[in-house]
Amino acid sequence: MLALQGLVAGYEPGLPIVRGASLQVADREILTLLGPNGAGKSTLVKAIAGLVPITAGQVHLSGRDITGLGAHRLARAGLGFVPQTENVFTTLSIAENLALAGFFLPSHHQRRRVAAMYALFPDLAERRHTDAGRLSGGQRQMLAIARALIPEPRVVMLDEPSAGLSPKLVQVVFQKLVEIRAQGVTLVIVEQNAKAALAIADRGIVLVEGAPRFVGPAQDLASNPEVARLYLGRRETA
Amino acid sequence: MMDLVWLTLPQVIANGLLQGSAIALGAIGLTLTYSILRFANFTHGETISWGGYFTLTALAALTPWIGGIGKWGGLTFGWGLVVALGVGVVGASLLALALDRLLFATLRRHGSAITLVIASFGASLALRNLIVFVYGPESVQFTRELVIADRWLGGLVRVTPDQLAVLGLSAALAVGLTVFLRFTTTGRAMRATAENPALAQITGIDTAHVVRTVWVLGAVLATLAGVFIGITAQLRPELGFDLLLPLFAAAILGGIGSVPGAMLGGLIVGLAESAAVEYLHAGYRNAVGFLVLIAILVIRPTGLFAARG
Ligand SMILES: Nc1ncnc2c1ncn2[C@@H]1O[C@H](COP(=O)(O)OP(=O)(O)OP(=O)(O)O)[C@@H](O)[C@H]1O
Ligand SMILES: [Mg+2]
Repeated sequence: MLALQGLVAGYEPGLPIVRGASLQVADREILTLLGPNGAGKSTLVKAIAGLVPITAGQVHLSGRDITGLGAHRLARAGLGFVPQTENVFTTLSIAENLALAGFFLPSHHQRRRVAAMYALFPDLAERRHTDAGRLSGGQRQMLAIARALIPEPRVVMLDEPSAGLSPKLVQVVFQKLVEIRAQGVTLVIVEQNAKAALAIADRGIVLVEGAPRFVGPAQDLASNPEVARLYLGRRETA
Repeated sequence: MMDLVWLTLPQVIANGLLQGSAIALGAIGLTLTYSILRFANFTHGETISWGGYFTLTALAALTPWIGGIGKWGGLTFGWGLVVALGVGVVGASLLALALDRLLFATLRRHGSAITLVIASFGASLALRNLIVFVYGPESVQFTRELVIADRWLGGLVRVTPDQLAVLGLSAALAVGLTVFLRFTTTGRAMRATAENPALAQITGIDTAHVVRTVWVLGAVLATLAGVFIGITAQLRPELGFDLLLPLFAAAILGGIGSVPGAMLGGLIVGLAESAAVEYLHAGYRNAVGFLVLIAILVIRPTGLFAARG
């Protein structure tokens, strides 16, 4: 579904942050991307999303080469991205955020997708005329996810969807992600909260210094003591 | 003394609204380019001048076909001006797009915000001198026809039909633009790009296209402001430069990024200028924009209508 070959990417020329990342994400898979702070997880998903320059390697989506396509083309090519922060337009209402997310769809199709998102996230439907800047952390994350889902992407990448949420809300968000996968969407989830992410993921990847260090089924990674000790973040080491 | 103030007040307000509507149109363009491109664009004043001069040139060049400026009822202009204005708008838009392409786009990629501001200041100097070079230093008028001002309020206010038309058109433009930004997809895409360009791109918005749209929109409003001033007063090479201070004062007063704010800010600055000219001295006109700017920066730096969020 999504395939990377030897991807090299970074913010400044000659300073690669992602250093030769290769991986395959299967159709309808949930893959979680773990790793220590500064490993380059965010940079990797941003590079795939067209926001960080790629200097070598390739990205394929459903067999199509989308390397360097430009962020605004990727939404139409079937790739969704939910950044970690600033992932909704705070000066626009919920309804405006969702309308804008599907502006390139035929209008009947767009309306159907917005209705589908209100069905998936009833909280959003109730507050549709509220400015997104006034939503709580949980509602905001729901809106960010809904925004990415509007154009019916094949693959959605989420950067730390649980960041800043209470443990209860983390469970709610992750349950939604399981539902979304059940509807046929492939998910790539960057997480600090390794436990919660591995609980819903099929496979996990531990990224270290810009390249995958461990790749394997989620249960194997969760029970691998070396991975836990070294790379699964503070929760496990504390 | 008080009686005198009351008697002159209606005329002061009328003059202020007229001057204010031109400032408002310019300030709207300034606030839009600022909110999307994040730099103070000093060339905007020159776009106002050039828009006016382009229209004037088109009028002269097209006279064999359009038969001059035209005449609608009591106005000093008609279809001829509308056609010439169309050409002027295209000219000013191409000028703005060329500036962006050749100057600002490169600096956006490699320079800092201050480089952009200084470059825009330099470009505005060059553009102003180019006007003197091409059109000469004297002021020019769209028409030599004399107009009789109508008397209103029992003779307390004298306004020409041209001035009334310009006021009405400015108000209609401001309302239309507000509706456009609020309810159309392009308007939403512009607001989204202003808030968060990276997220706008992820959402499928071609932000480079939005940037071009903003330049064109700013140039259209600038040309209208220039032509409105040309009709109700005259065109001078320093027109745009002299407007810069009032424009910035109005845009900041209204809250940078806010279209209704720029409109209101323009009217307030126009009214303050008009009052200063009447009750103090004509020489104080240019100081007023400066005073308003200082006052707002001290009292409420975010402006009256700080953009939400
Ligand atoms: N906008 C930027 N410009 C320059 N360097 C950056 C930028 N963003 C991140 N970096 C650098 O890239 C490296 C990787 O950062 P990145 O955010 O991708 O890590 P991460 O794995 O997502 O970390 P975290 O777990 O803290 O989110 C870091 O050294 C960081 O300093
Ligand atoms: Mg990160």
